[in-house]
Amino acid sequence: MARRKKKQEIFALGNEAVVEGALIAGCTFYGGYPITPSSEIMEIMASRLPAHEDGVFVQMEDEIASMGAVIGASLAGRKAMTATSGPGFSLMQEHLGYACMAEAPCVLVNVMRGGPSTGLPTSPAQGDVLQARWGTHGDHPIIVLSAADVQECLEMTIKAFNMAEKYRTPVILLIDEITAHTREKIELPNPGDYEIHSRVVPSMPPEWYKPYEETVRGVPPMPPIGSGYRFHVTGLTHDRNGYPTSRPDEVDELMQRMHRKIDQFFYDIQLTEETTCDDADVVVVAYGSVARSAEFAVQQARESGVKAGLLKLQTLFPYPRRAMEKLLAHARTLVVPEMNMGQISREVKRVNMGRASVRTINRVDGQIITPSEILKVIMQG
Amino acid sequence: MNEVTGNEIIHQYLRHNKKFPHVLCAGCGHGIVLGSLIRSVHSLDIPKDDVVIVAGIGCSGRLAVYVDFNTIHTTHGRALTFATGIKMSNPKLKVICIMGDGDALSIGGNHLIHAARRNIGVTALILNNNIYGMTGGQSSPATPSGSTSMTAPFGQLEESFDTVSLGQGAGANYVARGTVFHVQKLERLMCEAITKPGFNMLEVLTPCHTQYGRKNKFKGPVDMYKWLKKTAVPVERYQEMKEEQRGDRIPIGVFTDKGNPGLEERYFGLKKELLAKQQAAEGK
Repeated sequence: MARRKKKQEIFALGNEAVVEGALIAGCTFYGGYPITPSSEIMEIMASRLPAHEDGVFVQMEDEIASMGAVIGASLAGRKAMTATSGPGFSLMQEHLGYACMAEAPCVLVNVMRGGPSTGLPTSPAQGDVLQARWGTHGDHPIIVLSAADVQECLEMTIKAFNMAEKYRTPVILLIDEITAHTREKIELPNPGDYEIHSRVVPSMPPEWYKPYEETVRGVPPMPPIGSGYRFHVTGLTHDRNGYPTSRPDEVDELMQRMHRKIDQFFYDIQLTEETTCDDADVVVVAYGSVARSAEFAVQQARESGVKAGLLKLQTLFPYPRRAMEKLLAHARTLVVPEMNMGQISREVKRVNMGRASVRTINRVDGQIITPSEILKVIMQG
Repeated sequence: MNEVTGNEIIHQYLRHNKKFPHVLCAGCGHGIVLGSLIRSVHSLDIPKDDVVIVAGIGCSGRLAVYVDFNTIHTTHGRALTFATGIKMSNPKLKVICIMGDGDALSIGGNHLIHAARRNIGVTALILNNNIYGMTGGQSSPATPSGSTSMTAPFGQLEESFDTVSLGQGAGANYVARGTVFHVQKLERLMCEAITKPGFNMLEVLTPCHTQYGRKNKFKGPVDMYKWLKKTAVPVERYQEMKEEQRGDRIPIGVFTDKGNPGLEERYFGLKKELLAKQQAAEGK
């Protein structure tokens, strides 16, 4: 047996882990605007990327511009990202929609803080969950991931880039202030530990290339600008050539394909982690830092003889319906703790369709939901 | 260059698989700007693959789709942000932004001043028709005070922007103004704006008869071109004119030409230094 190389361990912030993950995934462009509590991501990128073989860092004038620059870099062939928090995330919605429409792969990390508006700049919340799904206007598919601890910040950032590249879509990674500012030991993966995906580039001659062609995967190949494939990119509804159209059949084809490319790969996109779920009567459905509290609570409940389990959502949207369906065969109660007034619990209730009883725990005072709060509800059954 | 060869050149650069007709009204100046752009690129001998046209939203935004370059039709006012990302990603590309007056000066005002300050190596063409044309003739920041628009039916109270002073104030590397009446001068300015390093800004006065002229006592498009002919004076002559002679005359020509290196040049210069230092440190 080949000896496995010992992994390098570092003591890192959640925000630092995001940067490590991004660089492992092949990110070479960062465009951003400072905002608490995400600024460390930008600061570390500012020192790492200029000294990187091929990295580019630009500080833009605002979040609208940051996302614009990220899309520009993506079209020019780079793996690009930005990071922000609530108020900046609101500003980025405009270009998030453009990235969906132009099918420009990119990663947006939103370190959630209390809102609405300027809100609680240095306290955690999970209030941007539905904004991440529905924030930009118009019907659009999107992938929203979350991370519960520092190690996961690294892993999910890599996965975010992989999904963005595989499906030509913006991917949002939601982490909260607690995870972003927790400093703990993590393992850096060795080269080859993670599969790294890059967008498929066209192999046909330029004159045959259609930038928005219907394909089996629903994801057309994407060449970098300046590589000889000259095409048009627009935020307008477009035909297969990328030219604006309002013909109902062409509009429908585009919209259907855009949704299909995300829907049909649910098995790859919808990530969850189960802890003692197999026989659970009470299942806690949680994500982000709250999932860590929930894990501890579930463990304590098991010790006192209650069959409790945890379904940790790593993908928030498209909502991991199948993982939950499976648990509903035996779960009597679902507990949904969230640092908001109830956002993912709407999805839980939608899939549950009245089968199990759904108990929500909501906290909006800028404080973490503690294990004992969750345990209390689990014990009530 | 006679007219026939001019058309032949233009046909080489138009997209043949794009559904025509175009969206522009008869008498619109935008087509002249696009023609100038094509002739400039042709005379500079820049390969089509290296040209990126980044356009905003509005009538000017639609110009990108007709030409056989790498073309990107972005969001309203944000063309320069996309252009910044593209230029920083691949400095070999010639990135040319086409924006309207509402696009560049109103919703994109912040991006314009910062692109100028940052001195990113992008050419910004601002097609100033004094009005929001596509949305139906509302006041833009370039609508002259006193003129009428759909949102200023009793006369525009606000003052308009002087695009050239704005660009100069924001630190643009190259600032020029031309009109669609003075086509040869426009082409000269455009060639300079495309080839000079750093952030180059060229304002082009282009009439919109449909939305602006009709409401402001211009009988037809021809009147508007005559007005351009009458009002525009070369900046050299304008500077010699006395204050009372100037009146509402508009200077055209080159206002600023610093020739400083663009941000991308400086960034990749810095990268080279950093990488050399790293290598030296590893060598030890």
